[in-house]
Amino acid sequence: MSEAVVETIELTKRFGGVTAVDRVNFALQERELRCLIGPNGAGKSTFFKCLTGQYRLDSGNGRVLIRGGDVIGLRPHEIVRMGVGIKTQVPSVMNGLTVMENLWLAARRAHGWTRSGAEVQRVIEEVGLGELARRTVGELAHGQRQMVEIGIVLAQEPWLVLLDEPAAGITGAEVERLVGLIRQINQNATVIVVDHDMEFVRMLGARITVFHQGAVLTEGPPEKVLSDARVREVYIGNRAR
Amino acid sequence: MKTWPSIGRLRWGWFLTGAVTLLVLPVFTDTHTPTVLLIWALFALSLGLMWGYAGLLSFGHSAYFGLGAYTYAVAVINIGESTGPLLLAILIPAAVAAVIGAMMFYGRISDVYMGVITLVVTLILFKFMNATAGDQYAIGDARLGGFNGMPGFHVLNVPGLPEASLFGTPMYYVAAAVLLGCYLLSRWILARSFGRVLVGIRENEARCELLGYSVPAYKTAIFTISAAMAGLAGCLFANWAEIVTPGVFALKSAAEVIIWVIVGGLGTLIGPVLGAMALGMVKLLLGEQTVIDNSLILGAILVVVVLAIPRGVVPAVQGWWRGRARVRAQRKVHARPRRRLQSAQAERV
Repeated sequence: MSEAVVETIELTKRFGGVTAVDRVNFALQERELRCLIGPNGAGKSTFFKCLTGQYRLDSGNGRVLIRGGDVIGLRPHEIVRMGVGIKTQVPSVMNGLTVMENLWLAARRAHGWTRSGAEVQRVIEEVGLGELARRTVGELAHGQRQMVEIGIVLAQEPWLVLLDEPAAGITGAEVERLVGLIRQINQNATVIVVDHDMEFVRMLGARITVFHQGAVLTEGPPEKVLSDARVREVYIGNRAR
Repeated sequence: MKTWPSIGRLRWGWFLTGAVTLLVLPVFTDTHTPTVLLIWALFALSLGLMWGYAGLLSFGHSAYFGLGAYTYAVAVINIGESTGPLLLAILIPAAVAAVIGAMMFYGRISDVYMGVITLVVTLILFKFMNATAGDQYAIGDARLGGFNGMPGFHVLNVPGLPEASLFGTPMYYVAAAVLLGCYLLSRWILARSFGRVLVGIRENEARCELLGYSVPAYKTAIFTISAAMAGLAGCLFANWAEIVTPGVFALKSAAEVIIWVIVGGLGTLIGPVLGAMALGMVKLLLGEQTVIDNSLILGAILVVVVLAIPRGVVPAVQGWWRGRARVRAQRKVHARPRRRLQSAQAERV
């Protein structure tokens, strides 16, 4: 097996007396697409924020390795500069700016002044934001803002893409388009998707890690995980039967 | 397709009109009052750049204005020739702001906490400078003078010619050139990627961090630039007034510049400039009467503007103008088919 590009060793995060992430050991291979699922409060978003530096950690929290380098204690912008693209749970976009301006800021950091314009055009075509390009992001619907944020991530051309609930607020044909887009991203990048929409996760058809009470309950291909009685018990319940 | 069409764009027609107006103004009027209005406009511009575009409100920007004034006075008394003191009056406030800014922004302090810290800085300086009346409070040959301040220092001179002092109309032209230069510099900053990132930070700091930008570094940089500009304004003010007193650090001074910027309009550069000039003029006119305290009038103007046009005068006028242009364009689009129909009917008749 090849070396993991993302690895956590005994990763732990506590909030007062509550252990949100409990000694999680996790490994992700190059160009892998992985879904993190779990019920509300399972710790998947906290785990995500630990990976991205949004929660400050120290050596007592375990280790987070990206391409072999320990990123514990690094600030989010330092982790992003390692080639990581991050989409947050609640769309984090610049509401007062246009779609193009949002994409430009992402492209500028990753590609420099001269290439940024061309990169913005590429992403607009790739994500299908052409009609919205000159609109102010604050005027857009939730689903459209989700797509803008995914566009922002793509404009950075990251090798590691972390998507927290990308399908939230997106319905029908948009979900199918999003699945296609994530698979396309996965051709050139390693991708982690955090979501609790089982239909969306099934459509992605990727290896799944199930979180429960801050720890990894099980891990494996979708057919194995989704038929696991423990997963049904803690997460899917009667709805899946 | 332009990816970033609006921010940083300079309307040269308006700029040149303003520059020519400033150029010919001394022909029609005395320059004493216009000079101080230009200096206040520069002070407001320094805050407007930082607050309007990076979203950083300094409640105590007068600290850097006052530091610029005191630095100039102390340095020129010790050095004699004004070129070095002028540069120091820019560098010292910038250096102080860089240290305070780095402490705040790398410490993740923002919003109201930043406001409190900046306000406390200026109030500490105000208290301290008021308490420097004794002979022991001297830097070299310069006595700080306590609440009486520092009078009688050498005003700006032509660089290298200490005898060629600049006062009256030459001082007015210096203030005008500095204001126009700083306005152009601000426009240039906003047109660069640095300025665009600042706007991004104003809109969503967390997202900019997740794009890989070091938000504390950007904030510290604009805070420093803004303080340098405020220091330069303070230096010019010292030269205009020919005395520096602790009043430059006072709460009143800190509040006034905020009112100028709000009334003129946040998120524009010309708004703070015009706001400072207009309200500065009102302040000077009110200062000639004793019936009512002029702070009350300025406060009332602020309340009325915030209630009636919360974005400020310039953005409101710009919005109204753009709205009118849009309506005119729509009318033209609708008028075309109607005209065609009328001419077709006329042909038929």
